[in-house]
Amino acid sequence: MSLVENRRLHYEENLLWEKEHSEHSGVDFPQLENIASRTGVDMRGDIGLPQLSEPQVVRHFVRMSTWNYSIDHGFFPLGSCTMKHNPRMNEKMARLNGFANIHPLQLETTSQGALELMYELQNWLGELTGLSGVCLAPSAGAHGELAGMMTIKHAHEKLGNAHKKIILAPDSSHGTNPATAVMCGFEVRVIPTKDTGRLSVEAFKEALYRTDDKGADIAGMMVTNPNTCGLFESNILELSELLHEAGGYFYCDGANFNAIVGKARPADFGVDVMHINLHKTFSTPHGGGGPGSGPICCTQELAQYMPVPVVVQNDDLSYSLESEDDRPATLGRLKAFQGQFGVYVRALSYMMSMGADGLKQVSEDAVLNANYILSQLSNDYHVPYDGYCMHECLLTDKKQKEQGVATLDIAKALVEYGYHPMTVYFPLVLAGTMLIEPTETESKDALDRFIVTMKNIAVDVKNGDCDKFHSFPQSSPRKRLDEVKAARNPVLRWTD
Amino acid sequence: MRYLPQTENARIQMLKSIGAGNVDDLYVDIPKVAMIDGLADLPNHKSELEVERALGVMAAKNMTASDAPFFLGAGTYYHHIPAAVDHIIQRSEFLTAYTPYQPEIAQGTLQAIFEYQTFIAQLTGQDVANASLYDGSTALAEAALMAMRITKRKNIVIGTKLHPHYADVLKSYIGNIDGAEITQGALDDKTACVIVQSPDFYGCPHKYEKWRKECDEAGALLVVVTNEVISLGMLEAPSLADIVCGEGQSIGMAMSYGGPHLGFFACKQKYLRQMPGRLCGMTEDADGKRGFVLTLSTREQHIRREKATSNICTNQGLCALAFTIHMSLLGEDGFKNLARLNHEAACRLADALSEVKGVRIINDNFFNEFVIELPKPASIVVEDLATCGIIGGYALDGNHMLVCATEMTTQDDIEELVNILSEIL
Repeated sequence: MSLVENRRLHYEENLLWEKEHSEHSGVDFPQLENIASRTGVDMRGDIGLPQLSEPQVVRHFVRMSTWNYSIDHGFFPLGSCTMKHNPRMNEKMARLNGFANIHPLQLETTSQGALELMYELQNWLGELTGLSGVCLAPSAGAHGELAGMMTIKHAHEKLGNAHKKIILAPDSSHGTNPATAVMCGFEVRVIPTKDTGRLSVEAFKEALYRTDDKGADIAGMMVTNPNTCGLFESNILELSELLHEAGGYFYCDGANFNAIVGKARPADFGVDVMHINLHKTFSTPHGGGGPGSGPICCTQELAQYMPVPVVVQNDDLSYSLESEDDRPATLGRLKAFQGQFGVYVRALSYMMSMGADGLKQVSEDAVLNANYILSQLSNDYHVPYDGYCMHECLLTDKKQKEQGVATLDIAKALVEYGYHPMTVYFPLVLAGTMLIEPTETESKDALDRFIVTMKNIAVDVKNGDCDKFHSFPQSSPRKRLDEVKAARNPVLRWTD
Repeated sequence: MRYLPQTENARIQMLKSIGAGNVDDLYVDIPKVAMIDGLADLPNHKSELEVERALGVMAAKNMTASDAPFFLGAGTYYHHIPAAVDHIIQRSEFLTAYTPYQPEIAQGTLQAIFEYQTFIAQLTGQDVANASLYDGSTALAEAALMAMRITKRKNIVIGTKLHPHYADVLKSYIGNIDGAEITQGALDDKTACVIVQSPDFYGCPHKYEKWRKECDEAGALLVVVTNEVISLGMLEAPSLADIVCGEGQSIGMAMSYGGPHLGFFACKQKYLRQMPGRLCGMTEDADGKRGFVLTLSTREQHIRREKATSNICTNQGLCALAFTIHMSLLGEDGFKNLARLNHEAACRLADALSEVKGVRIINDNFFNEFVIELPKPASIVVEDLATCGIIGGYALDGNHMLVCATEMTTQDDIEELVNILSEIL
């Protein structure tokens, strides 16, 4: 037998199917009665599942967990992802028996507390956005986009404007934006923003009136604001007025809501519908890629078209779920049940903890932290756009690239130095972008340490000490992984 | 404000370094009209204890599955979750990690996804599975869209009784495509796929040979969907299907009033490049050691933008992990035993209910849920049962009720239901 290379806290761990199998399942059950099958179909044959005892399973996953970096380990400045602290009381609340062990189809009279929680969350989101029509159901940001864009499509169809087919979107948008618009049957018209990182009135007008001098074919625009360059769209009032004159709706991608939560209201800069990422702004854990939750908030005009279900309060102060029967103009259902309820509990737990005063401070500290990093690194890295940023700052590798060190190398150096890197190569408007979002849950001391690390990288590159950057990381559980090999010959499951 | 580490002194120093007079200077680009004057019209911050009390009061208003005999299924199921599952998914390294964009420091998440994909492929009898989708209903809608892309056809045929909420979600998604139709009729040369739910919404399992043959003749794909993943431990594998999807909540996730749950999705190898969602693949690192990465992302929105196979951005990561841990604990014998226990509980429930005067079992074949006919409207019976402290089944049209039993259902629960039904019917 060959021994695996464990060293102190660095463990190797095989796949479940490669381990020595146990005679015992990790779950014991009462004795079966051997009642004859009434399924009416053939019995399942051998599945090939690995069989392990509980200690083997626990050790397997605990060892694997040690290969992950997480927000609890350290600074996680992943731009546009809002990796803030995930309070543990939220987890405790979501696991209360009265929330965890209730069924989505049980009678409303037996689930008033759950409906009350959803109603409260709707109200908080409505107040913070200024958009009082709230549907919590979408499961994630991209699902919220789908819900919001379908709401717009539905409104146009009901109002006899089905000919409005074009969606305007800046070139800096998230990839989900154009993908969503196309999924809804729209056509995407891209507006260039490369020069200033913002939408200019001229470029916007050119796109708006390109095929019709009144913009009659424009269904709406999808804009992230603050945008993915970390900047607030300073012309937003004028743009939304022009769009509204042309009969279009303003969809705001709410990924960056953390910058303005409790401080500014999207309704007041012209937004008609937006999604909120509860897993970003409202602190629910990302869980290695989900579950998220992407409620949408929209104007009263659009609220009739948004998906169901929606919670309402009745005259007798009880709560009910409204479905298709109660909301005849709705676009319908986008998820089997009430949405990611467990995430709602966590988000409301956070909102109540922070309150109006705390959320305002969240925005202020998030924006202050990002501007502090920007100010400290602006001599070491290329800063493409002038002015203050919002809750994240954009740098590029322009200076380092001249020495042969690219954004990817800088990211892998950060891994080596104990950080999760920033978002890299996004937005796509410029080469070698690095988008840094510190969030409000970092102290000045934590920021200073990161800044020093980034400065040291820049100094090393400047001094020509570049070779090491191409082989970073060295001390992570794995070195650089061959993504080309993975894609060329996809192995997506274990086989014997 | 216990989640905010920044001190007032640090804020002042930082503003000075930035060269800003006060924090509002940083918001200079936001139109004044959009700035909130003072504070939003919401309560101020509260202590952990105060929030815990307030939410505890809300939670206590709900009647839970652990408070009462419980017979509700219909797409969400009450099952036991081993303590180790919830312990491991709350480890910081899993709970507070991001999507594994930096694979060198996300191998834990990635290997777990690879193991999850293997479990799903094995359970469904398919070649490959993705890293999960939002829930069973959206997985089905994505399956239909995928079948439309592959066949370049626009009609969807519903083959067996489909969960009404799944049908609603399907209708919403398909409604975005001009000319697309959902029918329950025969297959023809416009049919992109047939959707066969098994066990169907009324709990009845189906065989697939007939559907496979009809699909082959019409050039359509066979999509199999299931609400209850545990049924795959007892029923024949849907390996004749082209796409198998469904709801995985039963393994490792609480009912939690409908979410977060787990949409699983698997298909034949030849359709891999049309598959929606994240995929994790095996590769090597610079030292030749085995490792895992997200792969085939040229299908996805962040690369392909408007040409992507779906707008899906991530998966249900932690739910897929819970599923994977629970499956690992169960293993071959445990998973099949769990399926048999569910079936036996349902058989005992059926036998007991058939003794109640006025109650008739509608489907002879079932896995862990089935339809009964009552002498009066099911919606009234469900309300009466609730008044008597029992969470009954799901009221269908008229006098029909869908009832479910799982390994959680005790003989006492069944006896209590039978006694109360005998009184109220």
